[in-house]
Amino acid sequence: MLPFICRRVGYALLILLGVTFITYLLLFLLPADPARQIAGRSATPEVVAAIRAQLGLDLPFYQQYLSYLGNLLHGDLGRSYIQRTAVSELIGARLRPSLELMAAGIGFELLIGISLGMLAALKRDSFADKLLMAFSFVGVSAPQFIAAMLFLYFFAVQLGWFPLGGYGGASHLMLPALTLGLLGSGWYSRMVRSSMIEVLHQDFIRTARAKGLSRARIVLVHVLPNAIVPVIPMIGIDIGVFMGGLVVVESVFGWPGIGQLAWQSIQQVDIPVIVGVTTLSAVAIVLGNLLADLVIPLVDPRIDIKQH
Amino acid sequence: MKPDEQPSLSVERLSIDVGGGASRRRVVDELSFALYPRRTLCIAGESGSGKSLSSLAIMGLLPKAASVPGGAILFDNRDLLSLPERELQGLRGKRIGMIFQEPMTSLNPLLTVGQQLAETLRRHEALSRGEIHQRCRAMLDAVRMPQVDKRLTQYPHELSGGMRQRVMIAMAMLCQPEILIADEPTTALDVTIQAQILELMRELQQQFATSLLLITHDMGVVAEMADEVVVMNQGRMEERGSLHQVFTDAQAPYTRKLLAAVPVLGSAPPPDALNEQPVVLAVKDLSVRFPLRHGWFETPRTVHAVEGVSFELRQGETLGLVGESGCGKSTTGKALMNMLSYQGSVKLLGQELNGLQGDALQRVRRDVQMVFQDPYAALNPRKTVFDLVGEPLLIHDKMPEARRRERVAQLLQQVDLPRDTLERYPHQFSGGQRQRICIARALALNPKVIIADESVSALDVSVQAQVLELLERLRAEHGLSYLFISHDMAVVERICHRVAVMYGGRIVEIGARDQVLHNPQHPYTRRLLAAVPVPEVGRRRDFKSLLKELDRPDPIKTKDFVAPVQRFSAVAADHWVAVE
Repeated sequence: MLPFICRRVGYALLILLGVTFITYLLLFLLPADPARQIAGRSATPEVVAAIRAQLGLDLPFYQQYLSYLGNLLHGDLGRSYIQRTAVSELIGARLRPSLELMAAGIGFELLIGISLGMLAALKRDSFADKLLMAFSFVGVSAPQFIAAMLFLYFFAVQLGWFPLGGYGGASHLMLPALTLGLLGSGWYSRMVRSSMIEVLHQDFIRTARAKGLSRARIVLVHVLPNAIVPVIPMIGIDIGVFMGGLVVVESVFGWPGIGQLAWQSIQQVDIPVIVGVTTLSAVAIVLGNLLADLVIPLVDPRIDIKQH
Repeated sequence: MKPDEQPSLSVERLSIDVGGGASRRRVVDELSFALYPRRTLCIAGESGSGKSLSSLAIMGLLPKAASVPGGAILFDNRDLLSLPERELQGLRGKRIGMIFQEPMTSLNPLLTVGQQLAETLRRHEALSRGEIHQRCRAMLDAVRMPQVDKRLTQYPHELSGGMRQRVMIAMAMLCQPEILIADEPTTALDVTIQAQILELMRELQQQFATSLLLITHDMGVVAEMADEVVVMNQGRMEERGSLHQVFTDAQAPYTRKLLAAVPVLGSAPPPDALNEQPVVLAVKDLSVRFPLRHGWFETPRTVHAVEGVSFELRQGETLGLVGESGCGKSTTGKALMNMLSYQGSVKLLGQELNGLQGDALQRVRRDVQMVFQDPYAALNPRKTVFDLVGEPLLIHDKMPEARRRERVAQLLQQVDLPRDTLERYPHQFSGGQRQRICIARALALNPKVIIADESVSALDVSVQAQVLELLERLRAEHGLSYLFISHDMAVVERICHRVAVMYGGRIVEIGARDQVLHNPQHPYTRRLLAAVPVPEVGRRRDFKSLLKELDRPDPIKTKDFVAPVQRFSAVAADHWVAVE
C-alpha cells in the first residue's frame, strides 16, 4: 500500500513539472504582452520597459521558468500582475466555493448518469432506451456556455425557480451544479448502460436468478456493483473535463470560484494566476485518479494494488 | 420406470422456439420425460441438441429470444410454464436447484462465498443470522469443502474450479430442493475433479433424497450416473429408456451411432512398433520458468511451469502428453514452438532449436506446426479460407497466387473439405470443419512435427472421431509425428503410440501406450486413470477414494531453488516411472 502511494506521488510530481513547463511555454509564446496590459493604452515605451524589467519578463525563458520553479518549491506561486496579491491567496479565497460546486456537480453527474444508464440497460431497445440515449448524446455534445445560458434563462429568468446567480446557500448552488451534472451525465449513462448490458449476460446473473432472488435484489446487489467497476476510473479521468466545464459555468453563473478566476486572468494575461490555476487543476486530476485507484479494490476484491 | 410412484417432475410434449418472425426456429420438439424421486435422469446429446434450453425452461430462465409454443412442465400438480414469475421465484433455489457448466464465471466475483450462500437461505427461509451461518457451514461440509470457515470469507477468484463447483452445488442444495438440475456440471473440470463432483452429487442425492436431472454430452458420465436416459439430437428426442436398455439395446440409429463414436478406454487395438524409426524431435531437460512481479524488498520468485522434461519423438509416432490443467503440458508445447523462452535442449533432426533467432528460427518453424484447442478462436474471422490456409505459403515461400490457390485446394481436399470452400469465411463452418481448416493450415508447409494442443477436446464425439481418423490418415500418408496434448485418456489411447504423464511440471511416467495406461505405476497416473468414467453399463466406479486431494507441489519457488534431479526406474521395456 505505502510503496504504491509513494510511487504514485512520485509520478504525480513529474506530471506537475510537465504541466507547469508546458503552460509556461505556451504563455511565453503568446503574442499578448502582459507589461503592455498593465501599463495601459497611453503608456510610453519607457514605462512599459520598466514594468517588464520589474516583473522579470525581459529575462530569457529558461530563467523565468527556473525562478518560477524555485519559488514554487518554497510554496510561493508568485504574485498576480494585476491584483498585486499572492496567487496562493487568490486561489485560497476561491477554493471553497469551487469545491462545493465540484462536489455537487460530480454528485449530480453520477446520480443522473448511473440511474439513466441503469434504466436504459434494463429497458434495452425500448422507446425509453432510445430517448435516454438521444438525451445523453445531446448532453455530451452540447456546448457548455450555450446550455448554461439556456438554463439560466429558463429556470432563473422565466420560471424564477432559482436565483439569477452569485454565491450563497443551496438555492444558488442548485442551478450551476445541475447544469454541470446534466451535461456531464451523458458519458456516464452511456458507459453504465453498455457495462450493465454486458453484466446482465454474465453467467453469475443466471445463477442469481436460479437462486430465486427477486429482480430488485439481482439488479442492485449483483448487476450494479459489477457494472460500476469500470466506471470508477472514469471519474478520475473525468475531473479534467469537469474543470473545463467549471470555468464556463462559474463565469456564466457568477460563481466566485477558481474557474471564474481562471477566466478573468486569461482575459488579463495574468500569467502567474493562469499557471497557478492550471497547476491546481493538474493536482486535482492527479488526486482524483489516485483516489479512484484506491477506491476500486474496495469494490472489486480481484484488484490488488500491490501488483501495480 | 416405476409406474407405482408419482414422478416429482414431468415434462410433457415440450417445444421451444428461438427467434421471431421468419427466423423463428424450433430448437426443442415435443420433448417428454418424467423424473422420479431419488432417481437420476440423464439428458444426453451433442451440442445444439436443445438439452440445455430444456433445462432452462424447467427453471423458467429461458432467454428472451426463446418462446414455448406448446407443452407442459408439471411439478407438484402445477404447470411451471403458466406460473407467474413471483411464484417461480419462490420455487427456484427452494424446491428446484440448478448447477451450471462454468464454475469460473457462475459466481459473483464481488461477493464472498458466505454472502452468496446466505442470500439464498435468506430469500427462502425465515432464519436468524446464526442459523443461516450454521446452515451454510453444514452444507459446505456436506460438499467436503476443506477449511470451511476460511472459505466462507473468501471470494470466488481465490478458489479453484473444482472448489467453485462445490460452492455452486452447496448453493443449489442449501434449501434441500426436491429436484437438482445439473447442466454439464463437470465439463469444464479435470477428470479427477469431475470424479469428485460426480461422487458428491451421488452422496447428496442419497442424503437428501433428491431427484437429479443431469445434462451431459459425455456418455461416460451418463453410464456412471444415470438410472434413466433421454438421448436428444437436433431438438428431437431420439431415445428414452433405462440406462441398461439404452446402452445394450439402443433402438434409435442415432443412439447406436453416438455410442459407437465414443472412445472407450481399453478398447483400442495395439499400436505399431516404431522403435526402429529415426528420432525426429529430441527434448532434453526442458524447463520453463516465469518470473513473478515482486516488490522492492521481496525476494524474487519464479513459477516453475515445466521442470526438466525429456522425451523423444520418432518419425510417424504419436506421443500423448496427458495431465490435469496447470500441469505444464501446453507450456511444453509452446516451448517446442519457440513461442516462449526456455532452458534445456530441443533438437529437431539433430539441429538445436534453443536460442535460434531470425531467419534460422523462421526456417525451423516450417517443420513444427501447431493445431490449437478452440477452432472458433484460432481462425481470423475476417479472412477467407484461402487466405488462412495460404498464409504460411505466402510467408515462407512467397508463392505466387495461382500456385498458392492450387496448393490450398489440394490441402483442403486432403482434409476432406470441398474445393468450393476456398472463398468462404470461418463463421460459415461448423466446429469440426473449422478444425479441419486448422489442420490444413498446419499441413501447408509439409511439417515434420505437429503439436496438437487439445485439438479435439472442443468437438462433439461423432465429429471428434472423424477428426481423429483424419489425423491418423495424414500421419500415415505424410510420415508425420504428433505431440498430442490431451486430458482425455480414451482419446489418447485411440491415437497414441506412447504416452507421457505430466504432473506439477514434470513427467512422472512415460512409456509405451498400453504399458502406461494398463499397468500404471506412478500414484498420480493411477489416480488419473481411476477417475475416467467408462461409457459401459455395469462398470460403475466408486470415486470415494478420489475425494482426498493429493499433495500438490507448489510451482512458485524462490530464485535460488534448485530442482532435485529426477530419477526414473524401468518397469518394463519402454516404460519408465519417476521415483521420488
